[in-house]
Amino acid sequence: MIKLDAVTHAYGERTVLRDITVDLPDHRIGIVGANGSGKSTLVRLLNGLVLPTSGSVTVHGLDTRRDGAQVRRKVGFVFADPDAQIVMPTVAEDVAFSLRRQRMDKAEATARVAGVLRRFGLEGHADHPAHLLSGGQKQLLALASVLVTEPQVLVCDEPTTLLDLRNARQVTGLISSLPQQIVLVTHHLHLLEGWPRVLVIDEGTIVADGPANDVLPYYVSLMSSPAATDAPPPR
Amino acid sequence: MLTGLYRPGTSVLHRTPAGAKLAGLLLLTTVLVALRTPLAVAVGAAITVVTYAVARMRPKDLWAQVRPLRWVALVLVPFQLWSGGPTAAIVVVGTLLVAVGAAGLVTLTTRVTEMLDAMLWLLRPLRRLGVDPARVALVLSMTIRAIPVLAATFDEVREARRARGLERSPRALITPLVVRTLRHADRLGEALAARGLDD
Repeated sequence: MIKLDAVTHAYGERTVLRDITVDLPDHRIGIVGANGSGKSTLVRLLNGLVLPTSGSVTVHGLDTRRDGAQVRRKVGFVFADPDAQIVMPTVAEDVAFSLRRQRMDKAEATARVAGVLRRFGLEGHADHPAHLLSGGQKQLLALASVLVTEPQVLVCDEPTTLLDLRNARQVTGLISSLPQQIVLVTHHLHLLEGWPRVLVIDEGTIVADGPANDVLPYYVSLMSSPAATDAPPPR
Repeated sequence: MLTGLYRPGTSVLHRTPAGAKLAGLLLLTTVLVALRTPLAVAVGAAITVVTYAVARMRPKDLWAQVRPLRWVALVLVPFQLWSGGPTAAIVVVGTLLVAVGAAGLVTLTTRVTEMLDAMLWLLRPLRRLGVDPARVALVLSMTIRAIPVLAATFDEVREARRARGLERSPRALITPLVVRTLRHADRLGEALAARGLDD
């Protein structure tokens, strides 16, 4: 279970998250909000990439401030731009890079990498230079490099933003099929249809929280017309 | 040397440990520099050509490795002819071509991770001086990875400059290029932290 307790975060003078207290036990959690609303900072708190200015964040009982390394082993993170998260020159090497800190036996690591590449349809590209992959394949590689460590939670910050429709569908289909708890930040609202829990972030606070069917129409009205926000947000 | 890219294969050279290949490369170039004779260059060139064949590489693969040197050779040959005569020109330019060709073959037949493992081993003595070999190896691999990313950024910025009719403005090229490069570095650092690099 992920718990945020009275979390506030500020970059210098600018407060981007204000006094957020929320429990996130759900298997699928969507996060939506306007640009600059604080949603990316919120998800960066979940694996300790950003530490709260005040309050605390715990993942499965581990505090991100105190147990950052252990939290990052449990929480994988996928960013919007795959080019910024692929570190090694070739596909298999990048996946294998994630296993280096686990000090795994070489044969076991090779087998694990091969298995993940097969699962993501990248086995034919194992020795190919990462920069020659398509945008969708790069994002699949970024996902593979995170999932090879078998995290319990996967946080995805706009993983389909830079992809065309076909690649976005492929990546989303794969994310949806994962057994892990998923926290997905996206502007593509259709990806969240049917999800049990969606949070709407606005100006650093959670303004709506509930099933996608209730929350997404509210979010659309919030973004369309300020007057529509007179309606009470779903909770 | 590392900017080339690994070509998968099953030849003897592909199966040879990276450390042995690097040692062979060091030996070859050291002998060439020490002997400095046209005969040594000819033998070195023959060895290089044969090893390319053993690795099942084509002549065009060898040419791709040494081709970037053609402009250097264009300057070096006349200079060496003028300053040292034909023998010096053959030895200097020949040594350079053989060394780059042989280094290219090491790259073509060695995975970057194997190369990094060999470097980790070679850099171990530097631990006493406070150098972290793993970090040095990681920096090298990220440098290799950054080359195509920066090349793509350069192309995009150049296109954007052209679209705005600012082809001749160096500022319209350099400013966004530096900003985007720094932003990329920032994101890369964040991604490395997310993957537990500093844990």
